[in-house]
Amino acid sequence: MGQITLQGVRKSFGPVNIIKDANLDIENGAFVVFVGPSGCGKTTLLRLIAGLEDVTGGQILIDGHNVVDVPPAKRGLSMVFQSYALYPHMSVRGNIAFGLKMAGLPRAEIDRKVEAAAATLNLTPYLDRKPRDLSGGQRQRVAIGRAIVREPKAFLFDEPLSNLDAALRVQMRLEVTKLQKQLGTTAVYVTHDQVEAMTMADKIVVLNAGRIEQYGSPLELYERPANLFVAGFIGSPKMNFVSGEAAGEPGVATLGVRPEHLKIGKEGEGWPGTVSVAEHLGSDTFLYVDAGKLGTLTVRAIGEFSLKAGDRVWLSPDPARLHRFDKDGGVIRT
Amino acid sequence: MARKVTSRRLIVSTAAAWLFGFLIFLPILWMVLTSFKTELEAFAMPPTFLFFHWTTENYATVQSRSDYVHHALNSIMVAGGSTLIALLIAVPAAWSMAFAPTKRTKDVLLWMLSTKMMPPVGVLVPIYLIYRDFGLLDTRAGLILILCLGNLPIVIWMLFTYFKEIPKDILEAARMDGATIGRELVYVLAPMAVPGLASTLLLNFILAWNEAFWTLNLSTLDAAPLTVFIASYSSPEGLFWAKLSAASTLAIAPIIILGWFTQRQLVRGLTFGAVK
Repeated sequence: MGQITLQGVRKSFGPVNIIKDANLDIENGAFVVFVGPSGCGKTTLLRLIAGLEDVTGGQILIDGHNVVDVPPAKRGLSMVFQSYALYPHMSVRGNIAFGLKMAGLPRAEIDRKVEAAAATLNLTPYLDRKPRDLSGGQRQRVAIGRAIVREPKAFLFDEPLSNLDAALRVQMRLEVTKLQKQLGTTAVYVTHDQVEAMTMADKIVVLNAGRIEQYGSPLELYERPANLFVAGFIGSPKMNFVSGEAAGEPGVATLGVRPEHLKIGKEGEGWPGTVSVAEHLGSDTFLYVDAGKLGTLTVRAIGEFSLKAGDRVWLSPDPARLHRFDKDGGVIRT
Repeated sequence: MARKVTSRRLIVSTAAAWLFGFLIFLPILWMVLTSFKTELEAFAMPPTFLFFHWTTENYATVQSRSDYVHHALNSIMVAGGSTLIALLIAVPAAWSMAFAPTKRTKDVLLWMLSTKMMPPVGVLVPIYLIYRDFGLLDTRAGLILILCLGNLPIVIWMLFTYFKEIPKDILEAARMDGATIGRELVYVLAPMAVPGLASTLLLNFILAWNEAFWTLNLSTLDAAPLTVFIASYSSPEGLFWAKLSAASTLAIAPIIILGWFTQRQLVRGLTFGAVK
């Protein structure tokens, strides 16, 4: 079991409030991603769950027990660090076995578990190597092996893939997701990369300035962002924001429309504008359109459009997929 | 692009390095040579370099006049003891300053270093009186204590710098893996800090071995290390250069041999962190 509940969790470093009243319910077996811009407190929140930082207020419950006074190792969680944090003087075997050794397991059992973990992660040929003789991806696997071998209630991942190159990152992303589903262990994963968040998560927690802005499945966040921040943060390229007045909706402070929901229409229909930059990716065409008082709009058109800078276009937003926000940035539900 | 080193440049820089090394080594060489001269040749003008009457008579005199082994044993015990005790205190101190710093950590470090800025002679009288009242004069324990205290700031500073280089993540990983602070120190921190620990230990041992001010002032015979043994040859009855050189050669020989065998550790430790 690995159910994690945060109740009114606060964290301050001196006068600075890093986490302001976080409430969250992470179900057993879920893959939950904390995402947000740098400095939003996502790593701090993870470290609070891990026990590497002490909470200033509130409760952290793991399977119903408040663990705020429980030391990290006794919480039954394991963590994968951004820097891998392998013990450089120990072999791969020693690294994976360390936690079990500290727990005082018998030698034979340790060996059996280490070998099983190594087999799962394709590390068997490297068991006697030192971390410095491994590639980045292999090191990351060792770090994951060290986490799974202890059969924790939950895995905590702190930006584990950000030190890998792009191709390897995609591969490891798949491997981590597959492994988590296979083991069925709760996972909390911190990243600033929204693609990672969208692809890996069962549920995403969007954090901003120490506050949880929204908690929901990736598609919920994409389709029904609760506020301007989430709307702007989730989705790539970023959602277009225009003032409601300029768009002809006086009751709305800000109108949001995603680049993929802007259609290039017939002449005279919709918002007129001039293409300032056109990016042709083959599969998609990104247009940056100067639309007068509406500002610059980004358009994502599927397929190839032979438009170039200076061309005149008319854009019509998909009326069913418009997002309306009030002056405080909250969404207006209709 | 790698810089191209021409063979002429290589020869010139190698020669310069050897010359520089020789210049640094010259006083020691001169001392060793002098120890094999007669007293007359030792201060002959112009000085003779290699072509003199080689003799081991000075060594024999030094041996018969004083007990080298006694002083050498004192040196080993005083330098070794003060180093070990300093290390035992410094490891936890440096650990807490590197990994659990408070607002005042920097001030404490600076304050410790500032104690090294005061000339020791400034506190000679109070220390002497304290030592006299506590019966520590001319005892090994007394010398170990003062050398340990004197070198502690440097030892803590060195270890602090090495520990600072160790990524905090690794210690946190150990904590997540269930290591207590003690086990974290033994299984994770110590093995990673071995080069740093070794060079700190060696440097402190060398400093303690060569320390002359306190050993000369606080010991006379029973606890007197090799520094006192050397000093006894620059006596008021006249300078005996050759015998003084022989005594000095005998006194520094053990530490030079130690330094020679551990030079790799020393260099590695002293440049630890500078080259990653």
